[in-house]
Amino acid sequence: MSVDQKMDSGRRNLLLATSAAGGVAAVATAVPFVASLTPSERAKAAGAPVEADVSKLAPGEMMTVEWRGKPVWILRRTEEMLASLEKTEGLVSDPASDRPMQPEYAKNQYRSIKPEYLVTVGICTHLGCSPSERLKTGAESGLGADWPGGFLCPCHGSKFDLAGRVYSSMPAPDNLEVPPHQYLADTLLIIGDDGKA
Amino acid sequence: MTTKSQALLNWIDERFPLTSTWKAHLSEYYAPKNFNFWYFFGSLALLVLVIQIVTGIFLVMHYKPDGTLNASGIPVAFASVEYIMREVPGGWLIRYLHSTGASAFFIVVYLHMFRGLLYGSYRKPRELIWIFGTLIFLALMAEAFMGYLLPWGQMSYWGAQVIINLFSAIPVIGPDLSLVIRGDYVISDATLNRFFSFHVIAVPLVLIGLVAAHIIALHEVGSNNPDGVEIKKKKDANGIPLDGIPFHPYYTVKDIAGVVAFLFFFSAVVFFAPEAGGYFLEYNNFIPADPLKTPPHIAPVWYFTPFYSILRAVTYPLFGLDAKFWGVVAMGASVVIIAFLPWLDRSPVKSIRYKGPVFKIAVAIFVIAFALLGFLGVKPPEYAFFGVIPGAPVAQICSVLYFAFFLLMPWYSKIDKCKPEPERVNFK
Repeated sequence: MSVDQKMDSGRRNLLLATSAAGGVAAVATAVPFVASLTPSERAKAAGAPVEADVSKLAPGEMMTVEWRGKPVWILRRTEEMLASLEKTEGLVSDPASDRPMQPEYAKNQYRSIKPEYLVTVGICTHLGCSPSERLKTGAESGLGADWPGGFLCPCHGSKFDLAGRVYSSMPAPDNLEVPPHQYLADTLLIIGDDGKA
Repeated sequence: MTTKSQALLNWIDERFPLTSTWKAHLSEYYAPKNFNFWYFFGSLALLVLVIQIVTGIFLVMHYKPDGTLNASGIPVAFASVEYIMREVPGGWLIRYLHSTGASAFFIVVYLHMFRGLLYGSYRKPRELIWIFGTLIFLALMAEAFMGYLLPWGQMSYWGAQVIINLFSAIPVIGPDLSLVIRGDYVISDATLNRFFSFHVIAVPLVLIGLVAAHIIALHEVGSNNPDGVEIKKKKDANGIPLDGIPFHPYYTVKDIAGVVAFLFFFSAVVFFAPEAGGYFLEYNNFIPADPLKTPPHIAPVWYFTPFYSILRAVTYPLFGLDAKFWGVVAMGASVVIIAFLPWLDRSPVKSIRYKGPVFKIAVAIFVIAFALLGFLGVKPPEYAFFGVIPGAPVAQICSVLYFAFFLLMPWYSKIDKCKPEPERVNFK
């Protein structure tokens, strides 16, 4: 106990203050290290809009363009394909596109500006795989006789209809994202720029 | 020993605890004399760790963590692995030793963990050994996952995409967290470089530290054995356990036999089937990473598939949170729950030799469920057994059984009719 009695409380306080200051410095030093893990200025600057010419796309055909390192699908839907969207209305979890997975101008029953062309980011909203196209209908698709055509994610089996709407009770929580886009001409699209942002 | 070398040893011992360390961990570390073949896998895990470090050092001399495309339009990282395989003298062997070593690591570690489960090696006073072990398993999973991105093939890319997106399922911080892990908005060169850094520096350092802690803790309390009785309870006049034998030379020599048998199988895979039918090296990974196209069938490497199946099995939203989030929670919990085993097992005996039928049946069900989860994890989600029994509900049942094994253990291990433990170990 004699040691305690002799304790120099002034020195003890200095010791505590020094440790605290050192601790603050250590934490502050960590800041640039953590910051270095976030996307660099170059990564932030990347992601310019891309143009897509859809004039050569036949009805029922699909093309893929790369935007911000992600696949963007452009599907030219046939009359039957558009008609199938009414059938899937009751099967999908967000039929009216209430959740913010698309710009305001694509919040309609076709999830597109022009009903004919679906423009969507081909990345599953579950864990980011790119779903595969299963555009064939019925038993030929391998997804059952009543399959109306759509997309199937190979990773965890989420199904999407031809407007990119996710079926109910699937691992994916949301519809496929519709990127900001606009038509520069009748068959010329620009993706990543809708003249609003 | 000659007087000169004795003098040198004395000189060192006065400055560094060489002789005492040698004695404490080898020549006078008394291990139970009744170890069976299950006890090979600890030393084999250490051997594989050395193989991975040595081959890894040499691979880094030729590998380039660069996701940009070269003049022929192939990602540099992918091309550098092909360069190692085709043009570096002996490169193919070093690379196959490393890739086979990854799978071998998980084989011996799974068997090592199962040994612990059989003989109650996690029970008091070995709880910390078990927790260090679980952390080693976690570090090993991180190490394997990040190493898998480096060849920059299709499975590398899309596997990383899926696992990193798991983190984005965490509410509030998730999206920013996955951004910090990737270092970009998509998996890119930034991701490849940081994974390379973690794979070759950060995680191996953590792994070696944890392995040291695992062994130091083990040597503090002493090894368990197939009978699950403490040899330290019966000591001779010199304080040496009656059923203990010095680790060196007895088990060092015995482990050499284990090493020979292991290297026999290991070499057979390395030289004759390094891809192991697409299980050790997936065929889709021989295609360079393409950010626009997921392979039609994507599955993790075999050692992750039981946990991957558990992730896939969760399809219900709960408490207003996505099924995706709960899948991630279930997968995380399925690994973390292993650490709690010391407190879940309430059986009066340690070893399965003296445990009753209930525990034995539980272990059998657990093994079957784990194997089925692993099997289904390599299959596409719509897989059906014999084309008729759908795999998805089977995976869900197995996931429930997996957790039931742990969560119900406090009850079933208590009511079980155990046999009395012997006073000393059985040894013929």
